[in-house]
Amino acid sequence: MKVLVTVKEVAEVADDFEIEGLSVPETFLEYDLNEWDDYAVEAAVRIAEEREEDVEVVAVTVGPERSEETIRMALAKGVDRAVRVWDDALAAAELVDPTATARVIAAVAEAEDPDLVLSGVQAADDGFGATGVALAEHLDYGWAAVVNDLELDGDEAAVRRELEGGVEELTTVPLPAVLTIQTGINEPRYASLRGIRQAQRKELDVRTLGDLGLDPAVLDGDLTLAGMKKPESESDATLFEGSPEETAADLETVLRDAGVGAE
Amino acid sequence: MSDGDVLAVAEHRRGDLRPVSFELIAAGRDLAEDLGGDLHVAVIGGDVDGLAERLNRAGVEAIHTVPEGEEFNHDVYAAATTALFESLEPSVLLLPNSVNGLDYAPAVATRLSTPLVSDAVGLTVEDDLVVTREMYGSKVETTVEVAADPVALTIRGGEWPAAEEPGDAEITPFEVDVGDLRSTVRGFEEVGAGDVDISEAEFIVSVGRGIEEEENLELVEELADALDATLAASRPIVDNGWLPKNRQVGQSGKVVTPKVYLALGISGAVQHVAGMKGADTIIAVNTDPDAPIFDIADYGVVDDLFEVVPELIERFE
Repeated sequence: MKVLVTVKEVAEVADDFEIEGLSVPETFLEYDLNEWDDYAVEAAVRIAEEREEDVEVVAVTVGPERSEETIRMALAKGVDRAVRVWDDALAAAELVDPTATARVIAAVAEAEDPDLVLSGVQAADDGFGATGVALAEHLDYGWAAVVNDLELDGDEAAVRRELEGGVEELTTVPLPAVLTIQTGINEPRYASLRGIRQAQRKELDVRTLGDLGLDPAVLDGDLTLAGMKKPESESDATLFEGSPEETAADLETVLRDAGVGAE
Repeated sequence: MSDGDVLAVAEHRRGDLRPVSFELIAAGRDLAEDLGGDLHVAVIGGDVDGLAERLNRAGVEAIHTVPEGEEFNHDVYAAATTALFESLEPSVLLLPNSVNGLDYAPAVATRLSTPLVSDAVGLTVEDDLVVTREMYGSKVETTVEVAADPVALTIRGGEWPAAEEPGDAEITPFEVDVGDLRSTVRGFEEVGAGDVDISEAEFIVSVGRGIEEEENLELVEELADALDATLAASRPIVDNGWLPKNRQVGQSGKVVTPKVYLALGISGAVQHVAGMKGADTIIAVNTDPDAPIFDIADYGVVDDLFEVVPELIERFE
């Protein structure tokens, strides 16, 4: 069995940051493995650990050389090998429609021919939440989005989808399938020192769009990033200032006025 | 050819239309007007005739009913939406950015080879359609110009006022062959039942990522005891297994409406706010002055919760 897991290195902005033109300068950004993908990696590695048959777990990412640090993290957690897709056309693309990103990943998936693809529900930076389902459609696989429980039973996946308002939907999907993984489905492990050392020796292939038989035109989109700004604060909160003793005293007044602590 | 028409697909679950359906009508009506077209609404599955009656709001030109299945199944929704789209040829396909919307919108956009812009919080029409979105956990707002026609959009719930005035749309059945279904919905389950029902609580002390370590929860439990309040949490705390699911406030957890909601170390992600914005008084303690929680708070302290909470416990003990 082969499990493909899609991972993305995401940027997080610092508490204090600036915007220059249509981007946040590098000095204000920190990079990390996308939180949702961390749960997807864990789910994939657990499948490999829990099944008697041989299971190969392959990670795929679309990202620059810097993102290899993130991929190595997935390798350190038990992913067997990884594929990174990048070239000048991808580097130059300012905004890629999620269905186009899915097209690129689909080319890797077609070559790998996995039984199961696990993908985070969304990326913490651009939050499109669409790549996994678009990927399934490109591959003509079944799918399920926002999965917070997964059991493989023969050639079928029995999943729970987390709907709004504390309701879960129980659904079965035949394999091969793409599942988008919600946080909380498991408890992602930390990479062990031994895992980190082993990850250095694992295979990490770099491919260009050309290697995958894709024309750079697949990235030509109709979306243009036109503006970027900090949202205007809508706050009309009364902010208490001072030492913790002083602010706690102010909070006490508000709480007691609202009836807290009354006998 | 596309002529500025908008097709919005309603969402319902277990017999009830979800509020986002009426928000889609409001957003779609404005958009159709700006584009010089009409708003079409589709309702798929369940009691489509009854649901269509309820969706008949001012500004809706036509409602298309597809009586396939009882509950949401993405194979049915994707097939029906694609067929309707091909038949109506609208300029914009408008879907909810809900769990179910995200379970079929990307498939439909891929099938139709249209670009997809998800999680829109604002829509304007200039020379092109301009979509407002958020990035980096709501810390940055972006605008995206869409040069394509047609385009698929999903809109965030709670950003548009629900359409309320009754309308006189024509309601017509739409026949579609949905083909073989791959996924099978086996049922639903309520989760998060337990010893405490936070939706009934009068005073809530709620804790988020800012608590950092599981051991630190003790401090917040102590405060909840001192205030005689109920302990709740944002998603990361429940994901970590530090508190059970029945304590989770938010879109996928419980909606709470206490007299006082004291948010400790909670940044205020949109999914969390959806579950607690109805509180009478919202108080936030957070180290980040730009945290979105302060946008909806009535009172706030920009400080470390580990400094403020012990002082507060002392005052109430």
